[in-house]
Amino acid sequence: MTAPAGTAPVAATTTPALEIRDLVVRYGSGRKARQAPPAIDRVSFSIAPGETVGLVGESGSGKSTIGKAVLGLQPPTSGTVRLHGQDITSMSLKQRSRQVADLRVVFQDPYSSLNPARTIGQTLVEPLRLMGTRGPEALHKARAGLESVGLPGDAVDRYPSQFSGGQRQRIAIARALVCDPEVVVLDEPVSALDLSTQAQVLNLLADLRDQRGLAFLFIAHDLGVVRFLSQRTVVLYRGQVMETGPVEAVSQAPRHPYTVALTAAAPVPRPAEQRARRTAREAAGFGTAGAALPSATGCPFVPRCPLATEVCVTERPPLRLVEGTEAACHHAERVPAL
Amino acid sequence: MSVLPLDAADEVATEPVPPARRRGLPAFLRRPGGIFGATWLTFVIVASLTAPLWRPYEPAEQDTANALALPSAEHWLGTDPLGRDLLSRIFTAGSLPLLSSALMLVVAFGIGLPLALIAAERGRRVEQVISRLTEVLIALPATILLLAVIGVIGNRLYPVMAILGVMISASVYRVLLGVAQSVRQRLYIDAARVNGLGSLRVNLVHVLPSMATVVAVQAAQLFGIGLLIVAGLAFLGFGPGEPEPSWGFMIQDASGYIYTAPWLMVPTGLVLALTVVAANELADAIAGKVAVAGRAGRRRRRGPLRRAVAAAAAGTAEAPDPAAVLQVRDLSVSVDDGPDLVTGVSFALQPGRVLGLVGESGCGKTMTARSLLGLLPDGVSVSGGSILWRGRELVGLSEREMSALRGREIAMISQEPMVALDPMFSISSQLTGPIRRFRGVGRSEARKIAAELLRNVGIVDAERVLKSHPHQLSGGMAQRVCIALALTGEPDLLVADEPTTALDVTVQAEILSLLRALVRDTGLSVVVVSHDLGVVADICDDVAVMYAGQVVESGTAEAVLDAPAHPYTMALLGANPHVPEGEPVPERLASIAGTVPPPGSWPTGCRFASRCRFAQERCTVPFPELPAHGAGSVLCIRVDELSRDHAVWEPEHAGDEIATPLAPPAPVAGVSR
Repeated sequence: MTAPAGTAPVAATTTPALEIRDLVVRYGSGRKARQAPPAIDRVSFSIAPGETVGLVGESGSGKSTIGKAVLGLQPPTSGTVRLHGQDITSMSLKQRSRQVADLRVVFQDPYSSLNPARTIGQTLVEPLRLMGTRGPEALHKARAGLESVGLPGDAVDRYPSQFSGGQRQRIAIARALVCDPEVVVLDEPVSALDLSTQAQVLNLLADLRDQRGLAFLFIAHDLGVVRFLSQRTVVLYRGQVMETGPVEAVSQAPRHPYTVALTAAAPVPRPAEQRARRTAREAAGFGTAGAALPSATGCPFVPRCPLATEVCVTERPPLRLVEGTEAACHHAERVPAL
Repeated sequence: MSVLPLDAADEVATEPVPPARRRGLPAFLRRPGGIFGATWLTFVIVASLTAPLWRPYEPAEQDTANALALPSAEHWLGTDPLGRDLLSRIFTAGSLPLLSSALMLVVAFGIGLPLALIAAERGRRVEQVISRLTEVLIALPATILLLAVIGVIGNRLYPVMAILGVMISASVYRVLLGVAQSVRQRLYIDAARVNGLGSLRVNLVHVLPSMATVVAVQAAQLFGIGLLIVAGLAFLGFGPGEPEPSWGFMIQDASGYIYTAPWLMVPTGLVLALTVVAANELADAIAGKVAVAGRAGRRRRRGPLRRAVAAAAAGTAEAPDPAAVLQVRDLSVSVDDGPDLVTGVSFALQPGRVLGLVGESGCGKTMTARSLLGLLPDGVSVSGGSILWRGRELVGLSEREMSALRGREIAMISQEPMVALDPMFSISSQLTGPIRRFRGVGRSEARKIAAELLRNVGIVDAERVLKSHPHQLSGGMAQRVCIALALTGEPDLLVADEPTTALDVTVQAEILSLLRALVRDTGLSVVVVSHDLGVVADICDDVAVMYAGQVVESGTAEAVLDAPAHPYTMALLGANPHVPEGEPVPERLASIAGTVPPPGSWPTGCRFASRCRFAQERCTVPFPELPAHGAGSVLCIRVDELSRDHAVWEPEHAGDEIATPLAPPAPVAGVSR
């Protein structure tokens, strides 16, 4: 177990590259939708220029919804999204493309994220054309973009079906980077890839970030992958932030029971260590997922939490600083070490 | 977590939409139906529109001496009761039904297509308004309305067909809405929108081309229907009046002479029927409905062949391991008349143990697992080797003998619990059916057993779950039900194909604990297919690492994972970002350049050589069988040198990924269906 590292608040003096304040997203409309708990419930975090923040959670945690709200694909119910201090919350996608060129995205599924009927060149030139770069210059940039992600430049004439999953993900990254953005939303960019390809793409993302000083919002379900690429991490459960802080502190000395459950459940490929982890996890007594619905007023993790008491049901715990990470737990001090 | 199925390549087809543009003929013109449809339609359309230029007689020109003539050199298709030339009349009449049907199509798609695109784009509320409006159109009685319109405006077929087009636009909208909505789900639409592409261009460039096939199929079919309607109206007398020719009236005319001059019906009827059939054939060809028949029979015919192969393999092999409950030796699986998918796979499974088949997608692990159950996809079969299950040879068993084993002795759980359960039936009926069949008990007894099984797989409120339908269950709960379903026949071997891949990591941990408890309590043997080395470390006693259709390393889980000897295993472990407790995260991960070669393009010698950091000249030539390595096997001729030198698959250096462009991409040859 390492001590929590790098607890100093990151880049407090400069304007964050991306800042999200009190974001709330509700799906649907009408009375029924207003009564249901929101998909995203008062989420705030910021990303400094050149920093990578990992957004971790399981299905239904709302991590992809946050990505969509940042990109303008899902209008938030309330809250603000700021890019370099500029409020872009309610800007249309078209306005964004005119005013803010430096927010781009890489999606999870390398198969459906490229139009099968268009050549790689056409796909890469499309965002350039919208920004006023046309003709041979755009094509030259597209080739350079492909070469920067480790693909040959002559791939511009080919169709997506001629590439493997890992190569397609490289193309998707090239499309995101071809306009020189400063902030990139990575929505589970390696979840659909095989292990060896996943490693290639993760290395590539790390290289590109170091070379270009990119800021990443890295959405993933695997804390191990997030730990590799991120400096800080935000752990989500049912649309709420459970814990946030430097990734080493959160993954090695979590102060929220849900982070402990998430970390303990990820299997490691070393049989003896995994056996010990499994025993520890089974002894911790986490409740079964989906067995009971959480109360609307309290902490969403209550039905599965071995530490839950009366106060957890009635009162939603605020995020507070506990030993180097911020945890939303009434009993953060009592959370057992991993 | 919505993780994609990683075994897409194992599951044969990988490509959802084929690339639209290819050199040469479009695909539908390579099918007989498509060639016929396109040729005939082109001929009829060209001939009809140009009829005034080439017709031998004027359509109203009478030759009463030659009335009701059979085909002759003068009148190629014969003449009608007034001696008018049928050939001239048929093709002069053709332009009206063809053009008015085309007009109907233009109107129907001109309204239906934009509405579908708008409804798919603008979200639920707009969609509901448009859908309700189109429902009104659908509710109108089309025939009565058409006759009423004719009553008002007269026998003017173009406006009539245009109005029919308006009414059909509702059903066109219906079909296209579904397609447009599913196309809009694709991520490249979102990517284009994030790039700032306007709504019109998103629709024109990205949505419409993906809908082209459906539009074409719909149009071709509706065109045929339109022709029939025009002919029908003319038959009833609502067409161009005499002496103007029309297909419907000519048929009506011929029906009066059906006994005296039956030939009269033939030319007109044939041209109309052929045109309608041609439109439908063209639609079918575009939709790709190639006759799939003839493929199903193929598997059967291989039975004797498989038997012979198996007998030969069994004859040459050494004595079976008496302790093993399952022994697979030299197993090969191939696409019929195509490449091998799996070659020379051997492993043994002791009772009460868990064996993991691990590797990347396209390495043949799912095919290997499925061959244990005789559940290979169509067109894929076992082409050699043997599968001994409790001393009984499974290769070459008939489908009937296999299905007697399935469920009772060998059961399976699959990756997608929601797909494995039938959404139409309650959990209770899905469980009690097999329980009654396997155990021969009554309904109430079966229900008791079902509840007991659910409790055994860790479901506390079994009674409530029994009453529910699959969609009411969470993913983890559904997978528990699937495991219970697999246990209904009290099997001795469970084949679990990526049982936790679609689940959240905390749910995965619960399911793995459940499987382990089942093995411990019931003495079940399990074969687990997984791409996740962590899952393998958690649950497996033995491991077989597969690469490009071969087992490259096997042994106990401890031996293989703690001290990997094959470079591929080393690399896979190095690529895993889950570092041991207390160790810092590496700056870069170990990775393997390139991708797994697809079946059919495996290199000779070591199949991993081209991607291996330790490969030498001699790795690329075929090598003889290798001796056992410790308690397991390692398919590497350099294994002794590498372990002596303590070889490690080092992580990349920072910047490596962007410094060296990869080799030109090899075409990905997915196995075609």
